[in-house]
Amino acid sequence: MTVLLVALGAAVGAPLRYLTDRYIQSRHDSVFPWGTLTVNAAGSFVLGLLVGLPVPGPVSALLGTGFCGALTTYSTFSYETVRLVQEGSRGYAAANLGASVLIGLGAATLGLMVAQAV
Amino acid sequence: MREPIDPDIDLHVPAERAELSPSPYPVLAAIAAGGVLGALARYGVATAIPHPPGGFPWSTFLVNVSGCLLIGILMVLVTEVWTGRLLRPFLGVGVLGGYTTFSTYVLDIHQAMTAGSAHVALAYLAGTLVAAVLAAWAGMAVTSWVLR
Repeated sequence: MTVLLVALGAAVGAPLRYLTDRYIQSRHDSVFPWGTLTVNAAGSFVLGLLVGLPVPGPVSALLGTGFCGALTTYSTFSYETVRLVQEGSRGYAAANLGASVLIGLGAATLGLMVAQAV
Repeated sequence: MREPIDPDIDLHVPAERAELSPSPYPVLAAIAAGGVLGALARYGVATAIPHPPGGFPWSTFLVNVSGCLLIGILMVLVTEVWTGRLLRPFLGVGVLGGYTTFSTYVLDIHQAMTAGSAHVALAYLAGTLVAAVLAAWAGMAVTSWVLR
C-alpha cells in the first residue's frame, strides 16, 4: 500500500517538475537555474508543512516521499552547478549553491511555522 | 554537441524546446514512469538505512550523491552516444530526478538542528553539497574521458 502511494505521488511530482521548469524558463533568458530553484523551494515548503502538521503515514507516503521527493531534485541541482562552472559562470554557480540551500531551508521552516499556526 | 545547463529541460537546446510537439504525452509519460522507479528506489534505501533523530541521514546522503554521479554519466551519454528522444526524460528527469530529493535534504538538516545535533546538521549540509557536486563532475569527466 505504502509503495503504491509513493509511486502515485512520484508519477505526479516528476512531470510537474519538468513542466514548471519549462514554464519558468520560457519567461526569462538567464542561464541561472530559476526553474530548479523554484521546484526545490516549493517542495521544501510543502514537506515542511506535512512534517509540521503532522500528517498520517499514508498521506506522508503519497505527498511527502512520493510527490515532494519527485518534485524536488538534487541531481539536477548539482549537475547545473557543475555546468555553470564549466561555462565560466562561477558567480552563478556559487549563487546557486548558496541560494538553493538558504531558500530551501527558509521554505521548509516557513512550512513548519504555517503548520504550527493552523 | 554541448551538454545543456539544466538536465531536466533546457530551452536553449532546440531539440528539447521542441520535444513536447506534436504530442506532450510520450515525454510526460516517460518522466512519470521514470519518476516512479526513482522514488521507489529512494524509498527502498530510506527503509533499509533508517537514522535516529539527530543521527547522520546516511540514506538521503547516499541517494543524493549516487544520483549525482549517475546524472553526470548519463548526460554525457545522452548528448554524445544515445540519441533516443525519450532517454533523457525517462532516465534523467524521471528516474534520477525522482530518486534524488532536495526537500528531504533540507528537512533532514532542520531535524538534526531541532534534535540538538548542530554538528551533524552542518556536516550533512556541507558534506552532501560537496560530495554531490564532485560526484556529478566526476561522472561527467570520467565518461567524457572514456568516450574520447
